[in-house]
Amino acid sequence: MNMIVDSVQGPSKISAKALDVHYGEKQALFGVDLQIRAGEVTALIGPSGCGKSTFLRCVNRMNDLVEGARVSGSLTLDGTDIYDRIIDVVQLRARVGMVFQKPNPFPKSIYDNVAYGPRIHGLAQDQAELDEIVMTSLEKAGLLNEVKDRLQESGTGLSGGQQQRLCIARAIAVEPEVILMDEPCSALDPIATAKVEELIDELRENFTIVIVTHSMQQAARVSQRTAFFHLGKLIEVGDTEQIFTNPQHPLTQGYITGRFG
Amino acid sequence: MTDMAQTTVATRTAETVASRLQRRYAAERRFRALGIGAILISVGFLLLLLGSIIDKGWTGFMQSEIALEIAFDPQVIDPEGKRDPAALETADYAALVRNAMVARLAPDADLHVRRDLSALVSTMAADHLRHMVISNPDLIGTRATLWLLASDKLDMVLKGQVPRQLGAEGNTLTDRQLGWLTELEQTGQTRKAFNATFFTAGDSRAPEQAGIWGAVVGSFFSLAITLLISFPLGAASAVYLEEFAPNNRWTDLIEVNINNLAAVPSVVFGLLGLGMFLNVFHMPRSAPVVGGLVLALICLPTIIIAGRAALKAVPPSIRQAAAGLGASPLQIVAHHVLPLAMPGMLTGTILGMARALGETAPLLMIGMVAFIVDIPKSPMDPSAVLPVQIYLWAGSSERAFVEKTSAAIIVLLLFLVAMNMVAIVLRKKFERRW
Amino acid sequence: MSDHTVKSYDEELAYLTSILARMGGIAEAQFAAAVQALAKRDDDLAQRVIAGDSRIDELDQEIQTFAVRLLALRQPMASDLRQIVSALNISGEIERIGDYAANLGKRCLILNHLPVTAPVAGVIRLAELVRGLVKDILDAYLERDVAKAIRVWSRDEEVDEMYNGVFRDLIAQMTEDSGTITASTHLLFIAKNIERIGDHATNIAETLHFQIVGTPPKGMRPKGNTIGASE
Repeated sequence: MNMIVDSVQGPSKISAKALDVHYGEKQALFGVDLQIRAGEVTALIGPSGCGKSTFLRCVNRMNDLVEGARVSGSLTLDGTDIYDRIIDVVQLRARVGMVFQKPNPFPKSIYDNVAYGPRIHGLAQDQAELDEIVMTSLEKAGLLNEVKDRLQESGTGLSGGQQQRLCIARAIAVEPEVILMDEPCSALDPIATAKVEELIDELRENFTIVIVTHSMQQAARVSQRTAFFHLGKLIEVGDTEQIFTNPQHPLTQGYITGRFG
Repeated sequence: MTDMAQTTVATRTAETVASRLQRRYAAERRFRALGIGAILISVGFLLLLLGSIIDKGWTGFMQSEIALEIAFDPQVIDPEGKRDPAALETADYAALVRNAMVARLAPDADLHVRRDLSALVSTMAADHLRHMVISNPDLIGTRATLWLLASDKLDMVLKGQVPRQLGAEGNTLTDRQLGWLTELEQTGQTRKAFNATFFTAGDSRAPEQAGIWGAVVGSFFSLAITLLISFPLGAASAVYLEEFAPNNRWTDLIEVNINNLAAVPSVVFGLLGLGMFLNVFHMPRSAPVVGGLVLALICLPTIIIAGRAALKAVPPSIRQAAAGLGASPLQIVAHHVLPLAMPGMLTGTILGMARALGETAPLLMIGMVAFIVDIPKSPMDPSAVLPVQIYLWAGSSERAFVEKTSAAIIVLLLFLVAMNMVAIVLRKKFERRW
Repeated sequence: MSDHTVKSYDEELAYLTSILARMGGIAEAQFAAAVQALAKRDDDLAQRVIAGDSRIDELDQEIQTFAVRLLALRQPMASDLRQIVSALNISGEIERIGDYAANLGKRCLILNHLPVTAPVAGVIRLAELVRGLVKDILDAYLERDVAKAIRVWSRDEEVDEMYNGVFRDLIAQMTEDSGTITASTHLLFIAKNIERIGDHATNIAETLHFQIVGTPPKGMRPKGNTIGASE
């Protein structure tokens, strides 16, 4: 049973219908129907192995990189089915960026880290334009002040929180429409986490963000809509405020109040 | 249980624990001693080997020379006084040397004595004089004191490699020759100079004129060809197998075969070279180009295996990050994975090259065992390689060649150590902690 | 609802409920005793009621502190959050009920020493009605019975109507016999206080509904007009 408490009001950026995902013999997602609205932060919560990360990785087709992964059903971005044959995965990933759980900057300079995406997609005509893109991205990520005089230093020399913000800057440098975040703060301390959450709040103006998180408090803090997954099924989705004060489904209630593992 | 019984039990337990502890410590000490003993034995053998080689070979880096006053007698070398280059070329410079020796040591010598005297000086001395006169004909008619190369027999005695006593093992100098030697020594007309010949000349029948340069150039050409072929092929294969090959039975088959090839005895590759390159393709026998090809085949499995290990060591998070930004599989490999794996690949390559430098058996099979005097000018010219040269010299009976063999071994070992050092330094420098 | 994975959380929530129950019980008893003191003109009882209010205040303090602690340390969500916030609300309501009961006791003492009395029967009846509501709502809280709470919630109108009746009677009494004005005025205030107790019981019912269902009860609370009781 799948309880969708609301009806989608704003424009739907990403729309999943009857989405099934199999890893070889094992099925990871069962018939997920979920709408992600534009310009909002949607949080995906649920216990380990519930399929929230799997769903996330379907949106930018990172599941293609996993051996034996099969996706059926429909998943559309702005109305276009992203699993259609004619879709260029490389282009898709320029429109849908991803930030991973453990910060993974390239072992290059900070500048080159941020410039890599624009370079391979040919977004800048000349060096000046590239500089501009790099500076803007670093600024939007709230990192520019801290690194502006050491752009040529290696990206791996930054602290954990800075590295994660560098990864975010790197992702927004290609000007995606959607940013997917897979537990972006789980490796960070509370101060770095707060900075990233503030950043998510600011990015909300220009990007659609989908964030997978283990922390319900974080989901409550940063998101406007929350979807609860359990054992591969979408159990409940609704406005964050409503999910955390008065969830409808007993499973949601049980998970949120810590009444089951 | 009463208190006393409890204490007794406790003491007994403590005692058994203590004794067990002692036994454990003793076992550890024995194990340590075994380990140290094994290391000491290995190091001992190594020192023995190195010691004997160095002892026999270090003098090879010096050559004995005799100072003689040479009279560039026009009568002998330019009787017609025309200074005709052709005539000068073919003149008997050996006579000049003989005359000088006779004049110095045995003024009234007969034929036998003259021959004995000549035997003290190397035939290269005559060549040396020829070059001097041809490049500067004005020397004719003058006298000059020159240091000339001694013969190998005198060389050995002077260096102490062969004992001086008459009749002692290895001593081929006669009584008279020994006397002359002593006389020359007393007047300071002998010296040991740096053996530049060893590093500039090719092989020769006369030990004192023999050098490794021909073999070194041959080795260099071979290795260059090996590197040019095996590194790109090996690197590309490793990248394909690791990053792009589908996970099916064909790939497994290839993998197993490559692993097996790495263990195949190198002489088998030599047979392949003989059959394919020489008999089917009719490539020049004994040429570094064939040697290089055969060595490339030997190195390829090692490079592929080392390359794959280096590629595997690149963490998947980097690949995922690049993929997430929209890089195509080729871009991911070229921009991120390969640069990070390159140090590991290079290390594997250098180690492979070091092994190739020392390979002898396969090269014997393709004929690089001939006696080559000239320094090869291109990879197509016949040549020897350093290990083969060592093999050839080792088969010679002359005492002086024993010294040369050991000296050549020292040079080869130094090269190998240098290459391994480079590999280690590269590895340390680029080692990354993820 | 199954138990929390962390047992101490359950224990703490149970503790919160138990203090609240205790507080409710004392308030209920205080109210009953005050009404008894009025009916039987019992000074001692009235004194005891007045003194007993401090206990209720202490319990209110305890609940405030404990609830804040739970909020800080447990970061409660959904039903747990509603339960704790409701406990804060209900504690305040019960504390007000206790205050009104103590006021009743004070006025009782004054009434007992007045030379001229007024009939208290109407007030007593009103008090009995409200006492029943208070008992019901406290039971409903312990039993988490939403239906019972709604029934209490909808009977506020009944209380208002009975209060209007008592109001009219006391006015008539005062008009008839001006000597009873002092006593009747006190009785008026007493009646008003009792009606207020009824309101607080209704508030508790609304809060309980929110705690269990997640939303306040629908519709305006059925209320009678208690201002300027119509003739």
